[in-house]
Amino acid sequence: MPETVLETIGLTMRFGGVVAADNVNFKLGAGELRCLIGPNGAGKSTFFKCVTGLHPPTGGQIFMRGEETTGWHPHQIAALGVGIKTQVPNLLDGLSVFENIWMAARRFHPAAEAADRARDIIDRLALSSIAKAAPGQLAHGERQRIELGLVAVADPWLVLLDEPAAGMSAEDIDRMSGIIRDMTRTAAVIIVEHDMQFIRSVASTVTVFHQGAVLMEDHVDRVMSDSVVRNVYLGKTA
Amino acid sequence: MTGLWRKQDLPVLVIALIGIWLLPFIISTYTLTVLMVYGMLGLSLGLIWGFGGILCFGQAAFFGLGAYTYAIAAINTGESTAPMLLAIIVPAAFAALLGAMIFYGQLTDVYLGVITLVVTLILFRLMNSTAGPQYVIGNARLGGFNGIPGFHTLNIPGQPDRFIWGDGLYHVCAFALLIVFFFVTWLLRTSFGRIAVGIRENETRISLMGYDVRARKTILFSIGAAIAGLAGALFANWGEIVTPGLFSLGQSAEIIIWCIVGGLGTRFGPIIGAAGLAYLKFLLGQQAVIDNAIIMGLILVVFVLFLPKGVVPAVVSLWHSVFGRRAARRKTRQRRARTGWTPHA
Amino acid sequence: MDLFFVILVEILYAIASLALISAGLAVVFGMMKVINLAHGEFIMLGGYTTITAVNLGVNVFIAMLIIAPLVVGLIGLLIERLIIRHLYGRLVDTMLATWGLSLFLVGMVTMIFGNTTTSITTPISGFAVGGYQVNGYNFFIIFIASVILTGMYAVLTTTRFGLIARGAMQRPDIAAALGYSPDRIYMATFFCGSALSGLAGAVLAPLVGLVPTSGAAYIAKAFITVIAGGPSLIVGLISSSSLFGLVNQVFTFAVSPVFGEVALLVAAVILLRLLPQGVTGRFFKGRM
Repeated sequence: MPETVLETIGLTMRFGGVVAADNVNFKLGAGELRCLIGPNGAGKSTFFKCVTGLHPPTGGQIFMRGEETTGWHPHQIAALGVGIKTQVPNLLDGLSVFENIWMAARRFHPAAEAADRARDIIDRLALSSIAKAAPGQLAHGERQRIELGLVAVADPWLVLLDEPAAGMSAEDIDRMSGIIRDMTRTAAVIIVEHDMQFIRSVASTVTVFHQGAVLMEDHVDRVMSDSVVRNVYLGKTA
Repeated sequence: MTGLWRKQDLPVLVIALIGIWLLPFIISTYTLTVLMVYGMLGLSLGLIWGFGGILCFGQAAFFGLGAYTYAIAAINTGESTAPMLLAIIVPAAFAALLGAMIFYGQLTDVYLGVITLVVTLILFRLMNSTAGPQYVIGNARLGGFNGIPGFHTLNIPGQPDRFIWGDGLYHVCAFALLIVFFFVTWLLRTSFGRIAVGIRENETRISLMGYDVRARKTILFSIGAAIAGLAGALFANWGEIVTPGLFSLGQSAEIIIWCIVGGLGTRFGPIIGAAGLAYLKFLLGQQAVIDNAIIMGLILVVFVLFLPKGVVPAVVSLWHSVFGRRAARRKTRQRRARTGWTPHA
Repeated sequence: MDLFFVILVEILYAIASLALISAGLAVVFGMMKVINLAHGEFIMLGGYTTITAVNLGVNVFIAMLIIAPLVVGLIGLLIERLIIRHLYGRLVDTMLATWGLSLFLVGMVTMIFGNTTTSITTPISGFAVGGYQVNGYNFFIIFIASVILTGMYAVLTTTRFGLIARGAMQRPDIAAALGYSPDRIYMATFFCGSALSGLAGAVLAPLVGLVPTSGAAYIAKAFITVIAGGPSLIVGLISSSSLFGLVNQVFTFAVSPVFGEVALLVAAVILLRLLPQGVTGRFFKGRM
């Protein structure tokens, strides 16, 4: 039984009268790769935002490596060694790609070492040709990759990715799944994703969200052949 | 911090020294002194707004606070060294409190604007109403609308009866501006400065990297206020009187106009904008046909509409388009330098 | 008892005048998300228009209630066409441009009228309540403010223009798709907002000595009243002007007028810190 890196107990999020996340109990072991799926509005993004501190939950508790992080700010959670990639690429659009990545590394290392680490990640993610460019002018796929670089350079032990494959070409997605598999060697990874092909390509355990709660949790193949899940996705049950 | 020195700093230093020596042949040192002070005030907002993305509508509050702190402390101590230091510390501490309140409350742009504007107005109203003899701090009467005259002006440290005035004061202000300029330049090359620029670009990303944006913005805001306070103290020495007019909204508006006209996100822009426009105002003040406010107002409107990036960036890009490829190569080098390509602790 | 009555009138008057000077800004900010920092100068222009018209022999009530709103409304229209419409959606830029505009207007008025205090006499005389003198004109201000708020509510909820305006403010693209030009709606809204500011300046003119820089005294108060009011236009306006008006008068009576004003501003800063969404963002969600 590996160490539990993330656990939520009764996590609940209400917006006015709407319950976006309802009593979610969730556990993730070290080195595990987990995909969160579900139809729009199922609560997976809300769950993501609660865990990353972007929205403080209205109820329940969150633990990371045994430490309670309920209600913490995103910067405190990130400072623990948690890498976060949001749904819309969040980059420093006016600075260079190198500086983007350097700044992420600088949080945990002295300036010169951060620069070495940034160069290393830029090589590994094949970003050398655009290292001096400003991300604001780059293509969507490149921006997604840069953001993964930001996450990877900080050597996180838990990585949270919100729709990393959204709007990317097949070639980009291939490269992306390679990078993510690389990450799982040192970190537990959670991916919120719609793209089933992408989920199959990283082949992992899947947690299905429906109406704010966890519907089931199993290997991707069994989940996809499950009739309840299929109904939820096709919208046959409300 | 030796690693902060760059090759391109040398020409800047040389040109600045030549300028400090030559300018008095063209403009009187009395006028130049106040231009240097305004340049420093412009740079204080240029730092926090242009690089930190903090649009403060009340930079005049820190300027006025610096001036008043100096005047009050100078009357009480009868010398100028401690008052100068206090004039930097008090506005910085005030800004740290105000900034903490705003940034830890995670208030956005508009609220920052409202609160800084309102605070300026509060100080203006309070200072205006302190006319009676009961309003004293130590030996200093606050004087209400008439302000505080007759305080001890700048002296050589440790020798209270050796005053620095006239050309001497000009040189002090010019070198103070030069020092502040290099301080800002180097600050922007440190990790703190780079991350401040990152916050301007994308606050969410910086906090997702694990940086405490609130604390960093508060510190930067406070540094800006310290510079504005120093400018205020030097202004007090130049004018030999401080009045509530220093806190006026018009003063705050002018600082913003300097930055917009000069160019945001540059270090030279706010200084050139401040000195240039203040000199223009000085020239306009010698004619009575058109009111000053009309010109300043028009300049702000026209720049927001047609040249929102300001003069310095516009001139730089014109330069590049005229001088073609050679310039383009330089531009990359400059950008690298500007974005701190080789980072330093 | 007499004192109580006098204080009550003073408090109501403070609330009414806050609502009055903020109404124009509230319309422009609430509906268009434009912060007009020249708002104070619009009020000042309303005052100067009234005084000029009265000096030319126009009846004071016609000058205040018809000429001033019309003139300032037209000036606002011109400004919207020349400046504001180029900056929609750029909140900070609009603030900066209108700040420039405010300096420009101050300069213009200084050139035309000179940097001296101008005033007209109050058209309604005061009367005594027990041992206290009450300014009769205060009742007129309270009356006008009530009429404006009721009128705004009626226009927004019952008229076709109000419905279209509210729709266009929420989703300009949908309104455009339905055949209503957002451009013209913005134009009309800005005209109304400016006219309200002109009216405020006009009815307040007899109470203040007018100088070209009078606008600065209004802008900050109007600004905080509107921002603290929050998203609901009318409920927000009423609740924040009541709160600030009360604070202002209580401290005016207890300490001094200057302290009253400072207390108002301090209350605003604290309120904004505690309720950044404004009063109605927190307590009266979804009201008009």
